[in-house]
Amino acid sequence: MTEEPSLSYLVNKYFYTHQFPTMWCPGCGNGTVAMATVRAIDRLGLDFDKTIHVAGIGCAAVAHWYTTFTALQTNHGRALASATGIKMANPELTVVVTMGDGDCAAIGGNHLIHACRRNVDLTAIVYNNFNYGMTGGQVGPTTPLGSIASTAPYGNLEPPLDLCKLAEAAGATYVARGAVYYVRELIGLIARGIKHKGFSFIDVLSPCPTAFGRRNKLGTPGQMFKSQKDLTVHIKKAKELSPDELQGKWLRGVLVEREAPEFTEEYEKLIAQAQRSE
Amino acid sequence: MQGEKRVKLMQGNEACAEGAIAAGVRFFAGYPITPSSEIANIMSRRLPQVGGKFIQMEDEIASIGAVIGASLAGLKAMDATSGPGFSLKMENLGLACMIEVPLLLVNVQRVGPSIGMATSPAQGDVMQARYGTHGDYALITVSPSSVQEMFNLTIEAVNLSEKFRVPVILLADQVVGHMREKVELPPYEEIKTSYRIEPTMTPEEYHPYKGDERSVPPMAKFGTSYHWYANSSSHNEDSFQATSDYAISRKLIERLTYKIENNKREITKVRGEFLDDVEIVVLAYGCTARAARGAVLKARKERIKVGFLRPIVLWPVPEEEIGKVADIARAIIVPEMNMGQYVHPVREASKGKAEVFPLCKVGGEPFSSWEILEKIREVARGD
Repeated sequence: MTEEPSLSYLVNKYFYTHQFPTMWCPGCGNGTVAMATVRAIDRLGLDFDKTIHVAGIGCAAVAHWYTTFTALQTNHGRALASATGIKMANPELTVVVTMGDGDCAAIGGNHLIHACRRNVDLTAIVYNNFNYGMTGGQVGPTTPLGSIASTAPYGNLEPPLDLCKLAEAAGATYVARGAVYYVRELIGLIARGIKHKGFSFIDVLSPCPTAFGRRNKLGTPGQMFKSQKDLTVHIKKAKELSPDELQGKWLRGVLVEREAPEFTEEYEKLIAQAQRSE
Repeated sequence: MQGEKRVKLMQGNEACAEGAIAAGVRFFAGYPITPSSEIANIMSRRLPQVGGKFIQMEDEIASIGAVIGASLAGLKAMDATSGPGFSLKMENLGLACMIEVPLLLVNVQRVGPSIGMATSPAQGDVMQARYGTHGDYALITVSPSSVQEMFNLTIEAVNLSEKFRVPVILLADQVVGHMREKVELPPYEEIKTSYRIEPTMTPEEYHPYKGDERSVPPMAKFGTSYHWYANSSSHNEDSFQATSDYAISRKLIERLTYKIENNKREITKVRGEFLDDVEIVVLAYGCTARAARGAVLKARKERIKVGFLRPIVLWPVPEEEIGKVADIARAIIVPEMNMGQYVHPVREASKGKAEVFPLCKVGGEPFSSWEILEKIREVARGD
């Protein structure tokens, strides 16, 4: 295992320090996800100029305010659509997409389904905090049943989506789930997703102590981070557990990894074919 | 494509697609919708032949989203739609205005509101083209009246979009989109095309949202040593967040507007006929301009002193040109296939010097020249 680069090296290379402090609340998990992403990119030794960051709108989608990658901030929910255009126009680029759970699975849900199906070589990272943090803790598509939210004051009646199952069913060729408590594992999951040829989907559980934790009495930010030990189980360990023991637990690790034709590569073949038959 | 010009019988939508290829468009994302679908159909076949790329996205929102991405990555890019699709584009059209991404958006207008009449023409989206997305901004809207113009103006629209880093709307209608006419195609290598101005300064000296002398910032394509941030939030010249800085936000919004309004001379395009010594002017655009011109010719045979003015670029409004006409004529008649839209800026530009008469027709049936002639006679009689 190679030595991890120093924090000061990473911060100086990949962050606009004059934009600090970040807008994230104390105890938020999002900074951990952003740093894990930067560490993964650095570990892979990607061409700095050719690594593009695309984001939607929300607390998750502000990581690029601070990072030095060329970036696009789209409208709410539309990051994957524009990322598809960028990658198609120049397949040499590495395109990393960050979205929140509402951004990706509610307002952007249609784009997610079709990005998974199309298998364009993009890496989508979802900062999943179970609510709309930026707008004040509204209920979202991943809010657990019964949880309190600012638009679910009597408890959430809607069963939540399992984003990884959705991505798998829609055809994503790499699906993984990470949690900020397991940050080293998370860096590896992101790096592996970026390296994967095809559409990679990484669901990252990231606590929102301010808007979600307080309302649902989930304790301090530290307790929320630590609770991921009980709330999640690694997929390898899960194989040894009974269905009863797995009840209510999120599976971590690489859940799907398979090879399939990648869209932009297939399109290059189509161009060659069209030009031959012209 | 070498050498001589070609003469072909073409459909309007086909001419638009071919114009886009000639203009150097190399990316199309779209979603099927009548009466614009032929453009997507043709582009899916033509683009790969010239090394370009086509994708049919999952919805109208995604297709303009993909076009924005492709343009940022350096390709000239376009999308085509109609009524209901045009409404869905509005959100991302605003994004393209805000982050200053060149793109061509074709709207082959059909009858609305809502689903309306998919196969019948209308001119009901004129105001939406200018003011459809939220907030303040400016963009360019071009209005073709013939199949030849579906070719020529598509090229001009792409060029304007690239020059001013702004989305340009080709506001066609079902008539010009679907009819077939003779088109002259010049040798493509002789066609003048434009590409956005790219930065020549060092990456350290590059300010992605600092306008040049025309208020247009140079645009670095994604994937180069010019790292920048296409920011949909209010931003400063270096593209950083300025969501609580009133002065910076104000400067940005003003520049987005002025880069179009202050460069009107380069953008405006009108065609006038019989404008000396006239009492009445018929001002029309798009498919309606065809019937309007016919009506003017008929009225002149009846010795009515009537002229014809056709704004080819609808937005920005050719205020000066309309003002000149208002100085000469006592009345301006504005026939349009809506309940009265472009008549408003015409009235404003006339500054009360000429009386402005709307002539509205809705429901999908195009104007006949006789209907417009009747209005000319009525205004000439002064009743």
